[in-house]
Amino acid sequence: MKAIVTVLGKDQVGIIAAVCTLLADNNVNVLDISQTILREFFTMTMLVDVSASKLPFTVLCTLLENEGSKRGLAIKVQREDIFDAMHKI
Amino acid sequence: MLNSKEILDTISMIDQQHLDIRTITMGISLLDCADPDAEAACRKIYDKICRRAEKLVFTGESIEREFGIPIVNKRISVTPIALVAGASVTNDYVPLAAALDRAAKTTGVNFIGGFSALVQKGLTAGDRKLIEAIPEALATTDLVCSSVNVGSTKAGINMDAVALMGRTIKAAAERTAEQGGFGCAKLVVFCNAVEDNPFMAGAFHGVGEGDCVINVGVSGPGVVHHALEKVKGQPFDMVAETIKKTAFRITRMGQLVAQEASRRLDVPFGIVDLSLAPTPAIGDSVARILEEMGLEVCGTHGTTAALALLNDAVKKGGVMASSHVGGLSGAFIPVSEDEGMIAAAASGALHLDKLEAMTCVCSVGLDMIAVPGDTTAETISAIIADEAAIGMVNSKTTAVRIIPAPGKTVGDTVEFGGLLGSAPVMPVHPFGSSAFIQRGGRIPAPMQSLKN
Repeated sequence: MKAIVTVLGKDQVGIIAAVCTLLADNNVNVLDISQTILREFFTMTMLVDVSASKLPFTVLCTLLENEGSKRGLAIKVQREDIFDAMHKI
Repeated sequence: MLNSKEILDTISMIDQQHLDIRTITMGISLLDCADPDAEAACRKIYDKICRRAEKLVFTGESIEREFGIPIVNKRISVTPIALVAGASVTNDYVPLAAALDRAAKTTGVNFIGGFSALVQKGLTAGDRKLIEAIPEALATTDLVCSSVNVGSTKAGINMDAVALMGRTIKAAAERTAEQGGFGCAKLVVFCNAVEDNPFMAGAFHGVGEGDCVINVGVSGPGVVHHALEKVKGQPFDMVAETIKKTAFRITRMGQLVAQEASRRLDVPFGIVDLSLAPTPAIGDSVARILEEMGLEVCGTHGTTAALALLNDAVKKGGVMASSHVGGLSGAFIPVSEDEGMIAAAASGALHLDKLEAMTCVCSVGLDMIAVPGDTTAETISAIIADEAAIGMVNSKTTAVRIIPAPGKTVGDTVEFGGLLGSAPVMPVHPFGSSAFIQRGGRIPAPMQSLKN
């Protein structure tokens, strides 16, 4: 199953490293990353594959959210289907 | 891969523009729960609802979490209880409402709808007992919603039932006087009621439906409003196009959630209801969409035209996004549940008469309107009759959910809290309609040709 990770918040050192480490620790494969800084605002979207992860998806959601709140960032992981449904016919 | 802009657009719709799934409603048939022994019927009803809806809330919450989209309500609709209870040898239908309430609490849903009767052409003994039980049922239960269908395009309007419902609404208000007449917020009087409506308080599971079904109601007035802010001053063609595109996206999300819920619960998918359902939160208002089109305040001249465009564009955009569209589908204009409507009514710009005109072109009717506590039952019946006539002649659903707030008068506000919001008490015409309502009988069904 594929999912989209979004990270939004004030730019700081080590955001990508922290998110990728957490994903790697849980056997989540990163397929694509897009990242920009919009007016000092860090914005990253990642396409990930969670099929090989043993962690239940909802637990992964919580882990990433907690990692985000530690750093003052909004981190979400959502199933890719919702974005496909809204933006592709 | 999807581009980042699309992803961030979706995130911003959810986080900043209040995009949500308003409800996943499980429709459950109770026709097989009829029993001559009323206690046995209650037991069967409770057991069947708990069995069918056991995993509804858990499933809704899992989908919410995995897809990152709020699902505000998980609800149940059941077969109109008058049909089920008619077989029971009892005069008191309140215990049936209590059984529904217990089942709703056990399953953890937000509301259960279907303490209902369909009396558009005539009243059976069961229908009459159910309507008599409504004030007590709504006062003594927390989650039960009630509806009565008093007219249809095919049958005309049952004016005896209209008179009865005026008295029932008054009694429901008085029975819940300490809560501002809250009982009436859970009671809808319909013309042309639909069988697959997922929205409360008017949801019930029609007899033409299967044993169990999943219906989903979407929402998103904030998203439409935000989209219209980007086309300021442009012609209505552009306004309609923008609303259609937005409604398409919102509905696609509803369809996805509906299919997922249906698959996980192993219950057939029924319909997606393409409604714009507002909440009292800032930025989640239908009235503000109308104002964004160029009206100084909702309720002024032009409001009906603006609403007609909105309602039609929502349907056109949404209908391609879902395999089955149903329910009420359109823009809702509940006064107390819409921040912009509350402001418009409080400022005196929005009157009952204008709301009535607006209901000719939108999906429901006079919804969540507080009127003075001394409004007579006959006046309420006359308001219902007017609204039912609009529905009957125009072959559409119309409804009345009106609260004659005990002890309150024009200028006061009734607080209901939560999604039900607060309602400024609106004036009604001071002239009587009692001789009109006392006639009783039926208004014949209208012509379906020679339409002018």
